[in-house]
Amino acid sequence: MNDVRGIALDAADRRIVVATQAGLPLTPEPYHAVARAVGLAPEEVMRRLQRMLDLGVIRRIGAVPNHYALGVRANGMSVWDVDDARVNELGARVGALSFVSHCYHRPRVPPHWRYNLFAMVHGRERGEVEVKVAEIADLLGVACRAQDVLYSTRILKKTGLRIKTVLSAEC
Amino acid sequence: MDELDCTIVNRLQEGFPVVARPFAAVASELGLDEDDLIARVGRLVDKGALSRFGPMYQVERMGGAFSLAALRVPRAAFDRVTRIVNALPEVAHSYERAHDYNMWFVLATETPAGIAAAVAKIEQATGLPVLNLPKLREFFVDLKLTADAP
Repeated sequence: MNDVRGIALDAADRRIVVATQAGLPLTPEPYHAVARAVGLAPEEVMRRLQRMLDLGVIRRIGAVPNHYALGVRANGMSVWDVDDARVNELGARVGALSFVSHCYHRPRVPPHWRYNLFAMVHGRERGEVEVKVAEIADLLGVACRAQDVLYSTRILKKTGLRIKTVLSAEC
Repeated sequence: MDELDCTIVNRLQEGFPVVARPFAAVASELGLDEDDLIARVGRLVDKGALSRFGPMYQVERMGGAFSLAALRVPRAAFDRVTRIVNALPEVAHSYERAHDYNMWFVLATETPAGIAAAVAKIEQATGLPVLNLPKLREFFVDLKLTADAP
């Protein structure tokens, strides 16, 4: 069901992934530092990183802010039971809302889990999240049969992705 | 974070160039010195304002897999289960959430079969059934958080 297929990475690409997944060195020539670490020419490292960007293996290179440090204290995972026939159309519209950071169609698991659309909503406090969730409810209208919002109360682990030698994201 | 830090965080969410001296390129855009920019990014990472700085890899594009999973953990067992779940390298992050399903975690594995194996490992080690919710589709728009000075 996933619309993405694996893209072949060779051993040199994988060495670059392993060397950079925890972050780039903070030096004037970070790609040169990576090149020294993996035993390739700097131009080769840059060419390969650019290729991985072009192929979507790398979503982007840049900063990943810590929500909490930016004053975003309320982090609500809104979940929706939406008509399966309309979930793609509605998911695309919810995903395009400026305040929704991630939006996914996920399976229902009856009888334990009825919600098939997930939208992450952040705010400085819960009231702000609630206003945004109400906007989503308006957008979904009658296609939505039930909803809930699960607030995070604690980060238990946040390491991001760690691949060993073969490969290895953010969320 | 001061105003300049916010400008830097916002700019660095837009992408970082793949050129020989990328900090110099971004610094000149922002009217900063290369060394100042590097020092500020280092401080933002050190104090946790940035959880990381570098390439964001998409595991699925490399043949790997992600899933979101949850457990209903009895209060008294919460710390023990947290230790078990967090110890697995397949668990990229985990959150406590205010719900009957009170522990949520993202699994990232090098193959799709790795997800099932990780789920089985967690069920065996915790004795709790895992609610496994692999994405069927992502509605993706790359939105950035805006950093504002307090």
